[in-house]
Amino acid sequence: MNFSTDVQASIMAILPEILMTVLAIAVLALDLVWSRARRRDLGYVAGFGLLAVALIVLLVGGPPGDETSDQLLLGGMIRHDTMAQIFRVMVIVAGGLSCLLTMGVSRLNVRGDFYAVLIVSVIGGSLLSAAADLIMVFLALETLSITLYLLAGYLREDVRSSEAGLKYFLFGAFTSAIALYGLSLLYGFTGETNIYRVGRALATGGLGDAPVVLALGLITVGFGFKVSAVPFHFWTPDVYEGAPTPVTSLLSTASKAASFGVLLRFLLAAFPPPELLGSLENVQDYSQLWVQLAVVLSVVTMTLGNVLALVQTNIKRLLAYSSIAQAGYTLIGVAAIATDRSGDGAAAIAFYMFMYVLTNSLAFGVVILFANATGSERIADLAGLSRRNPGLALAMTLALLSLGGIPPAAGFVGKFLLFRAAIDAGLVALALVGVVNVIIGLYYYLVIVKVMYMERSPDEDQPIPVSTPYTWALGIAAAGVLLLGTILVTPLVEWATEAAQSLYVLL
Amino acid sequence: MEDISLVTVVLMLPLVGFFPLVFVRSLTDQTIRWLTLTVSIITFGASLLLLRNFDSNQAGLQMVTDWEWISAGSFTIRYFVGVDGISIWLVLLSTFIMPLAILFSFTSIKERPRLYYALLLLMEWAMIGVFIAQDLFLFYVFWEVTLVPMYFLIGIWGSEDRIYAAIKFFLYTMAGSLLMLVAILWLGNEAGTFAVPDIIAQIQSGELSFDVSTERLLFLGFAIAFAIKVPMWPLHSWLPDAHVQAPTAGSVILAGVLLKMGTYGFVRFNLPMFPEASRDFAPYIAVLAVIGIIYGAWVSYGQKDVKKLVAYSSISHLGFVMLGIFALNSAGIQGGILQMVNHGISTGGLFLLVGMLYERRHTKLMSAFGGIWAAMPLFSGISLVIVLSSMGLPGLNGFVGEFTILVGSAGSDVLSIWFTVFASLGIILAAVYMLYMFNTVYMGALDKEENRRLPDLHWQELWALIPILIMVFAIGLQAGYFFDFMDNSVSQLVEQVSGSVVATAGR
Repeated sequence: MNFSTDVQASIMAILPEILMTVLAIAVLALDLVWSRARRRDLGYVAGFGLLAVALIVLLVGGPPGDETSDQLLLGGMIRHDTMAQIFRVMVIVAGGLSCLLTMGVSRLNVRGDFYAVLIVSVIGGSLLSAAADLIMVFLALETLSITLYLLAGYLREDVRSSEAGLKYFLFGAFTSAIALYGLSLLYGFTGETNIYRVGRALATGGLGDAPVVLALGLITVGFGFKVSAVPFHFWTPDVYEGAPTPVTSLLSTASKAASFGVLLRFLLAAFPPPELLGSLENVQDYSQLWVQLAVVLSVVTMTLGNVLALVQTNIKRLLAYSSIAQAGYTLIGVAAIATDRSGDGAAAIAFYMFMYVLTNSLAFGVVILFANATGSERIADLAGLSRRNPGLALAMTLALLSLGGIPPAAGFVGKFLLFRAAIDAGLVALALVGVVNVIIGLYYYLVIVKVMYMERSPDEDQPIPVSTPYTWALGIAAAGVLLLGTILVTPLVEWATEAAQSLYVLL
Repeated sequence: MEDISLVTVVLMLPLVGFFPLVFVRSLTDQTIRWLTLTVSIITFGASLLLLRNFDSNQAGLQMVTDWEWISAGSFTIRYFVGVDGISIWLVLLSTFIMPLAILFSFTSIKERPRLYYALLLLMEWAMIGVFIAQDLFLFYVFWEVTLVPMYFLIGIWGSEDRIYAAIKFFLYTMAGSLLMLVAILWLGNEAGTFAVPDIIAQIQSGELSFDVSTERLLFLGFAIAFAIKVPMWPLHSWLPDAHVQAPTAGSVILAGVLLKMGTYGFVRFNLPMFPEASRDFAPYIAVLAVIGIIYGAWVSYGQKDVKKLVAYSSISHLGFVMLGIFALNSAGIQGGILQMVNHGISTGGLFLLVGMLYERRHTKLMSAFGGIWAAMPLFSGISLVIVLSSMGLPGLNGFVGEFTILVGSAGSDVLSIWFTVFASLGIILAAVYMLYMFNTVYMGALDKEENRRLPDLHWQELWALIPILIMVFAIGLQAGYFFDFMDNSVSQLVEQVSGSVVATAGR
C-alpha cells in the first residue's frame, strides 16, 4: 500500500485546518487591533468564519478519488474520504455555533484568545475525523482535549469553572495516557503506525485474542472518555455544569462527534472483519471483540445515562446525563457496523451525530439565554418560559423532541436509522433495550416541556430578550433540526451512506 | 412525479391554517378562531369530494400519491398515501369531528387561543395522515405526531390533574409505539420495502414468509401498540385519566378519532400482513374484547362523574369493534369499521354534552344535576337522541354497527358462539348505565336551586350538535350507503386473511 504524494491533493486534504489556522490568527490579530467595544464583534468573525469554512468543506471538501490509495495522504497520516468530510462539517458547524453562543457570555465575549483557543480545538476535532495513523489519532485527540481543558476552566475567577477545568484535565490526562499505552501496544505488535497497515498486520499476525483484547481495552478507555460512555463518564455532569455553557455545548457536540468519527474509522481499519481484507489468507477476525464491547458499553451507557437524568434538577446536569444516554444510542450503531456491509450502521451514526450537534447546540443556546436573563439553571425556574418568550420555548421543545426521538424533529430519523441498522445486523435485543431507554428518556424531556408550557411562575410577564447572534445561532440550529427531520433527510442520508461506504474500503 | 392527488390536498389543508397561526403574530383572538373554523370546514368539504370521486367497485387504493421521500442505499421510504373503502370513512370522521370540536372551543377556551388552535390543526393534519399513510415509516411518523398536540392540549387546557394525565398518556402510548417501531424495522428489513401494499403482496404471494414464532412476535409488536391506543382491557388505564382531564375538545378528538387509530391499525396492518397469526390470536383477542365490553360497562355504571362514565363506556364500545374485527369475516369487519365511525359520532357527541353541562355548572358530578329537562328542554332532547344512539337503539346509528358485529361474530369460523352471547350482555349493560345516567341528570324533579336558571343551548353549541344528530339518523336509516363503500375492500381483506390459511392447510 502506497500513500499518495500528490501535492495539490495533500493541501486539499488539510484545507479546513489551514483555513481555520488562518482564522484563528486573524481573530488574535483583530483582538489586538480592535478597540474594546468593537471586540464584541469578534464572535461574529470567529463564528461566521467557522460556518464559512464548514460551507467550503461541504462544497469542495470531498475526496480526491475513489481509490483508497489516492485518499491516504501526507504519508498516510490523513485519509481524505467522504466520512472525513461529513464529520468535519459537523465539527466545524458545532464550533461556529459555539462561537456565536459565546457572544452572550459576559467576560468571554470580548476575549479574542478565547475564540482562538476554541478554533484550535475545532482544528483538533477536524483532524481527528480524518486521522488514519496512530500518531495522528493521538495528536489530534490531544489538540482537541488540551484546548478543551483550557476552555472549560476559562473563567478563572469562577470556582465552578476552575474546578471543571481541573477535573476535566485530570480525567482526560489519565485516560489519554492509558489510550496511548494501547496505541503503543498496537505499534509494538505490528511495527506499523498507519491504522490500515496495522489492521492487515494484526489480522495476519497470528497473535491470538489476549494481546488484542488488552490493546483494544486500553484504547477504549480513551475513546470512552471522549464520548462519555459509562463507566468513563464521571467527569461529564460536573464539567458540563461548571464549564462556561458555550464550552459545554462544544464538549457535547464537536468533541463527541469527532470522537465517534475516529472511533468508526479506527475500529474498522485496525480490527477489520475478515471479508474486508479481500485476498489476504489466514486472517484472524478480531471484529467480534469490539462488537461485543460496543454492545455492553451501549447498554450500560444509555441505561445509566437515562436513569440518572431522571433525578436531575439542574438543566445542564440533565443535558449532561442526556448526552451520556445519547452516546449510548450511538454505540448501538457502532455495534452494528461490523456485520453490516451496506454501510447503514456507519451512515446512521453519521446522521445521528449530525442532527445531535445541531440539537444540542440549540438546547444549550436556550439554556445560556435563560441563565443570562434569570441567573438560574434550575429546571423548575424554566416555568412559564412559553409566556416569557414563545419562540424560545418552541426552540427548546424542538430540541427536546429531537433528543427524545419524536417526529418531525431530526432525532426521530436518527433513531430510526440506528435501530434499523441494529436490527439489520441481527442485534434485535440491543434495539429493544434502546427502545426501552427511549421511553425512559422521553419522561425527563417531557417534564421540561411540561415546566415550560404548563407551569406558572411569578416572573412570567418579564420577557426574555434574544440578541442578534443568538437569533442566528438558534435559527440555524432549529432550522437544521426541523429540516433534517423532514425534507432534507434524503440528501443527508445519501451523503452519510456514501461516507459510510468509503469506510468499508480498506485497501 | 405524478399529479398531486385529492388525498394529499385534504392532508395539507390543515397545515395551510397552521402556519399563519404560528407565524403571523398580528392576528386577533377572534380572527384566529374563525380562521381555524374556516380551514377545518374547507378540509371537511374537500374530504367530501373524496367520497364523490371514490369508486366503490374497486377494492384497492385510490387517489394515490406516491413520491420518494427518503432514499438511502438499501432502503426507500415513500410519501405514499391513498384511501380505500376501509380508510375513507375514518378520514371523513376526522374531518367531520374537527369543526365541531373547534366550534365548541369558541366559548370554552379563553387562554392562549393561538397555541390552542394551532395545535388543533396540527392534530387534524396528523390524524388524517395516520388514516391515509400507506408506508409504514410515514404511518409511524403521523402516529407519533398525534401525541404531541394531544400532550399539550391535555397538559395546558385540562383540569386539575392534567399534567399527570398528559405525561401518562404520552408515555403509555409511546411505550407501545416503540415496540411497533422495532416490528416495523424488522418487517421492513425482511421485505426490503416499507410500503404496505407491497409487503402485503409479497406475503400473499408467499415471496415473504416468516416462521410461526417470528410472525407471532411481529403481530404482537403491532398489536400491543394498537391495543394500548384502542384501548383494550387491560391496557386501558391511561384512558380515564386522559379523558377526564382533557378539555372538552380534546376528549372529543380523543374519543372520536384517536382511539380509532388503534382499531384501524388492526384492520390495516395486522390482519393482511400477518394472516396466520391473526387467526391464531383471534380467540384471545376476542376474549379481551369481551372482557372489555363487560368491564367497561360495569365500571361505567359505578361512576359518579358523568365524564368518567362516558370515558369508560368507550372501553366497552371499542370492545365491540375489536370483537367484530377479529371475527375475521366480512360482516364482523364491516360492522367494526362502521362502529368506529358510530362511536366517534355518538361518544364525540356525549363529550360535547358533558362539556356543555360543565360550562354551565363547573362540575361533572351527576349528583349535582337532576331534572334539568325542565330547565333546558332543547339540550335535553338532543341529549336523549345521542344517549339512545350510544345505547344502540334500532333506527339510530349504534344499532346498525353493533348488530352487524354480532352477526359477524356469531357466524365466525374462529370464534365460538359464546363470544356473541357475552357481548350481547354488554348491550344490556349499556342500556343500564346510559339510562341510569340519563335518569339522574335529566329526569326527576328540578330540585337544586342552581339548576333552575340554566340557559339552554346558544347557537354555537347548537351548531356543534346538529351535524351529529344528522349523522346519527343518516347512518341509522341508510347504513347500506356506508357499507357499499366498504364492500370490496373488506372482501379483499377477508380473502387475504383466510386465503393463506387455505394455503397452510394444503401445505
